[in-house]
Amino acid sequence: MAIEGSANMIGYGLAAIGPGVGIGLIFAAYISGVARQPEAQGRLQTIAILGFALAEALAIIGIALAFVL
Amino acid sequence: MSFTPTLVAPREEFVPPGPGDFNLPPIGPHDTFTFLGQEMYLGVTKPMLMLVLSAVLIFVFFRAASAKRAMVPGKTQYIGEMGYGFVRNQLGRDIIGSKDFMRFVPYLFALFFFILLNNFFGSIPFIQFPAFSRSGMVYSLALMSWIIYNYVGVRAQGGVLKYLKHQCVPQGVPVAILPLLIPLEFMSNILVRPVTLALRLFANMLAGHILLILFALGGEYLLLHGSLLVKPVGLLAWVLFIAISFLELLVQFLQAYVFTLLNAMYISGALSEEH
Repeated sequence: MAIEGSANMIGYGLAAIGPGVGIGLIFAAYISGVARQPEAQGRLQTIAILGFALAEALAIIGIALAFVL
Repeated sequence: MSFTPTLVAPREEFVPPGPGDFNLPPIGPHDTFTFLGQEMYLGVTKPMLMLVLSAVLIFVFFRAASAKRAMVPGKTQYIGEMGYGFVRNQLGRDIIGSKDFMRFVPYLFALFFFILLNNFFGSIPFIQFPAFSRSGMVYSLALMSWIIYNYVGVRAQGGVLKYLKHQCVPQGVPVAILPLLIPLEFMSNILVRPVTLALRLFANMLAGHILLILFALGGEYLLLHGSLLVKPVGLLAWVLFIAISFLELLVQFLQAYVFTLLNAMYISGALSEEH
């Protein structure tokens, strides 16, 4: 069986496992925190969005470099 | 993936989009010159015009919003105040602290709305091109951010050495680990920060736009050149194109917010007292 195409997309697929798990952990913590103390939602939301963007950055760098290289 | 444009002429075989599609030629003569080994266009290109247009639009809107400083705001003034208040409170005061955040609010405010409008240009019809999918523009913003937070830190901590010590030597760490930790912190805080800041925004805009182009072109190819059973998949591709456009709107807002938020956090980290 021969698979055509470049290995870039296989690399991207492997690279997206980490950020996927990381973002799941971040939002699990956010949901727990808001469930325990609903008044803290505003403050926790900023931190959750920040954490999401930092973890997502790696996945996005992965797909951008998969196209470029 | 190719660096030559693929959107030019109709063809029988499907050519996937690549970064070459973002290479918009200048308006007017196509002269080029070489600078540090790269070939650069000599004329005015569409992303340059978009940056100028966004700056003019932001200035006109906020000028009009603050023209009549009524105590009971009208619609324009209310929207302007909401936008300004969002940046000043959530990004300025809550992150930098209520002591000296006002010095940085003009910079954060201009940065946030500049990036936001330029990102939204990727979704507005007839302009559909996010200006920050050209990496040169993003790296200039990252350079400005780097200069600002380092300069502010050096001024606040009182000298370059004290500032480096503040950034690279965390509190409460056993002395034996320090030779390992100091180069790591130096690289992470001072060398790598502008690169990741820029790369996050640039890669998000590039990847998002390539995704949109892929769905649109793929749907068109499947509809026109596919066999009869394959044509509905082309329609599905176009439905997904609409769904992903909404996702792109969210990502564009989020990336502008995160860029400004990280800028505020770096400034706050440079200014902070010993914790």
